Amino acid sequence: MRIRLQTAAGITTVKVLMSHEMESGQRKDESGKVVPIWNIQDVTATLNGKVVMSAEWGGGVSKNPFLQFSVKGTKTGDKITISWRDNRGDSRTDEAVVG
Amino acid sequence: MQLKRRDAMKKSLAVAGFLAQYLGHLDEANAYAQNAFNASSISELYKSLGLGLPTQSALITLNTPEIAENGAVVQVSANTTLNGLKRWLFIVEKNPIPLVAIFNLSDDISPAVTLRCKFAQTSEFLALAHLNDGRLLYASKEVKVTLGGCGG
Repeated sequence: MRIRLQTAAGITTVKVLMSHEMESGQRKDESGKVVPIWNIQDVTATLNGKVVMSAEWGGGVSKNPFLQFSVKGTKTGDKITISWRDNRGDSRTDEAVVG
Repeated sequence: MQLKRRDAMKKSLAVAGFLAQYLGHLDEANAYAQNAFNASSISELYKSLGLGLPTQSALITLNTPEIAENGAVVQVSANTTLNGLKRWLFIVEKNPIPLVAIFNLSDDISPAVTLRCKFAQTSEFLALAHLNDGRLLYASKEVKVTLGGCGG
């Protein structure tokens, strides 16, 4: 996962690029069988350990998801983490520090 | 400091109330809304989340492409000047599953959120704002898709 932070006047813009297939559950393979859904279901953002944003996603989010949002009242050294969890139970967490 | 029994009772009630509210909120945030992500129409979607019908609002602004060559990757943004935004619902009306994402926002988050979504075909994109006072407001915009993003 790539996390990029840009801070201006105490507002940090968080840009996240996740690496995930995000199979919609609508697509059929060559033999005509539906490819089972495989997607990130939960995304959580924390600021210094406190949850500030949580999201639920379906199969309609693009492959290798891109997400952008902004956190208010940040200062240098603040830690922002992004975690995701998919419907197969895989998960990933990455951290970035406000510069 | 000496606590009077009456004051102590009042305080513990307040704490209990706060905890109930807080835990209730956590519960809501933790459970994946599977029914909403199974809903194949917008009316079914609203029903599954126990939401009424939203009203259109000019205070919600959307940033979407007019034409998307590739429906598999369409970047959409929603923003609002409304106060007390609790959550966003991102919806692509003509997708087999219209609900794309739900964002639960705390007070520390600005209302502007951007996400890349799949569009199965030309469709309205809706951003639905659920406010702390219970109001449901939305804005919508059409995205013309030349190549679908779900089937092929």
